Amino acid sequence: MAFEESFVTVDGCRTRMRRAGTGPTVLYLHGANGAPAIQPFMQELAKDFDLLVPEHPGFGLSDEPEWLENMQDLAYFYLDLLDDLGLESLHVVGSSMGGWLAMEMAVREPRRFKSLTLVGTAGVRAPGVLPGDIFLWDAETAARNTFFNQEIARQVLAMAPATEAEQDAALKNRHTVARLAWQPRLYDPDLPKWLHRLAMPIKLIWGDHDKIMPLATGKALQSRLPNARLEVVKECGHLPQVEFPGEFCASVKKFIEKVN
Amino acid sequence: MNVILFHLMAYADLDFEATKDHETVWMKLPNKFYDPVKGHKLYNRYLDELEYAEALGFDGVAVNEHHQTAYGLMPSPIVMASALARRTKRVKIAILGSALPLREHPMTVAEEYAMLDVITGGRLIAGFVRGIGAEYHTFGLNPTISHERFHEAHDLIVQAWTQLGPTSFSGRHYNVDYVNLWPRPFQNPHPPIWVPSQGSKETIDWAAHPDHRYTYLQTFSPAKTVEKYLQSYRDTAEQFGYEAADSQLGWAVPIYVADTDVQAISEAREPFELFRNRLLKMPFEMLLPPGYTSRDSLKRMMAAKATLSQSLTIETAMDMGMIVCGSPATVRQRLQAHWNDMHFDNLLTMLHFGTLSEALTRRNMELFGTEVLPHIQALKRPAPAATTSN
Repeated sequence: MAFEESFVTVDGCRTRMRRAGTGPTVLYLHGANGAPAIQPFMQELAKDFDLLVPEHPGFGLSDEPEWLENMQDLAYFYLDLLDDLGLESLHVVGSSMGGWLAMEMAVREPRRFKSLTLVGTAGVRAPGVLPGDIFLWDAETAARNTFFNQEIARQVLAMAPATEAEQDAALKNRHTVARLAWQPRLYDPDLPKWLHRLAMPIKLIWGDHDKIMPLATGKALQSRLPNARLEVVKECGHLPQVEFPGEFCASVKKFIEKVN
Repeated sequence: MNVILFHLMAYADLDFEATKDHETVWMKLPNKFYDPVKGHKLYNRYLDELEYAEALGFDGVAVNEHHQTAYGLMPSPIVMASALARRTKRVKIAILGSALPLREHPMTVAEEYAMLDVITGGRLIAGFVRGIGAEYHTFGLNPTISHERFHEAHDLIVQAWTQLGPTSFSGRHYNVDYVNLWPRPFQNPHPPIWVPSQGSKETIDWAAHPDHRYTYLQTFSPAKTVEKYLQSYRDTAEQFGYEAADSQLGWAVPIYVADTDVQAISEAREPFELFRNRLLKMPFEMLLPPGYTSRDSLKRMMAAKATLSQSLTIETAMDMGMIVCGSPATVRQRLQAHWNDMHFDNLLTMLHFGTLSEALTRRNMELFGTEVLPHIQALKRPAPAATTSN
């Protein structure tokens, strides 16, 4: 399926958007590695949904606005963007930092969101559970720790940024991740106070071998959410949508169709 | 020129054999390898060495700040400077420097520096640094706002020193409605501000700015690199429309003197190589977290990554001018040649490095003090025309 690419300017920030498919609208919010390319799981989701895949401000080909200092800024930006696109009601799938972003948006305007699917999400911290120290890892360690299936890790390493533009984009992404998530590391200490506002159906999907956001974080988060189920993917790391795209998409599809 | 004894206070008692499988002595080296009883002796030995510098005729002594590392045992250089303040009478005391962004509140630096300046009757040299990348990991402090916090902290401190209070300060990171320092600094308008750095363009531009004209110190680097960045400072000053004085430039370099070149190399080899190849070593991601430098600088460093992490022998380091080592005549000649090339007016001599023993450190200091120091203190050029000076 061909994704239509466009640039949307909101809050003075030119933002890259890819969109494909028909059906219920689903916004995919990427994590720390950005979303430079359309991946197989996105193709799959676009068969059943009107799927939007932006690159966040500060990532890839999107602008890097001065005002972007924290995840709350990013959440308000996306609420403005949804207004701009006339999307009054939609589903969100967010991975890692994208899941965190989804929660920050949804505590602010809960009625706009029909459901949230949060994949190995960041944003909260379980007592005594530290996330992987992503800023201390070199590229090889990061790939090894992201995936359970080491064959995928090898493939990802083999596809390391080849051109200078790709290398620049990777550095830009890393810079933005640090800006938004270095301190406090990958969570918002105020978020747990307002998680009760997330009354919409929520699906947490988590790899049982997630070395970036350990599964214990998912278990703690589920207990704080009024209407959330936790689905654990066996022999899987931080990105179930990459390691098991078929199962992941089937699960998301079933969940969203049931909510709809 | 001004010649200063600069001490890093390495944990010289580290068991280098037992820790050899740790990739770095920074941040994560378990602190079970630190022995407070040995540490007690070391602190007192190192402070004795700094105090001895006054008797040997040095112009100043210097300490610095690093955290959670065997590389240096001074998480608070102000504590060491305080210990020296009452045990010395003449020398300048340079703190190179306090890592401003790591402080919760920069007013504490303004106050503590002012206290030292008053206690010593104006012998403080006030160094400001950002802290190295590893310290943003250890403190969990966001490296992408490090420059902002540094600049703002500096502005607040200088305001507190120079404007009679109470005044107020409104910034992005710091807000103080009552800036009213007790004590005010002894030196007028304030203690000299020095900026040690590894040569980032952002730092040079800032230090050389006509509103600042701060003394720029190139820390441990090959001589060619030192020359490049000191020249870059001069060029930057020229672009700002003034001629930088030699007193605005300095270099921190390990030096070892013995009776002969052969003896000097033989005695300095192990302590220097441990310093360079073990104590300084850290992974790239630890040294340069995202946002600590501009992305352009980061890309340049990534290109040089392999060279940075290479181990060096003392011979290679001598060829590169990273250490000046030899007989008194050799060391005099090398320093004179470096000065001819660069005309820095401040030399920070690191006469202890790595595991150098107390006996060899003292002999190094004595030989340097008698055979080299008077000669290089005499190196001096006239200052630029008065219209361009501060």
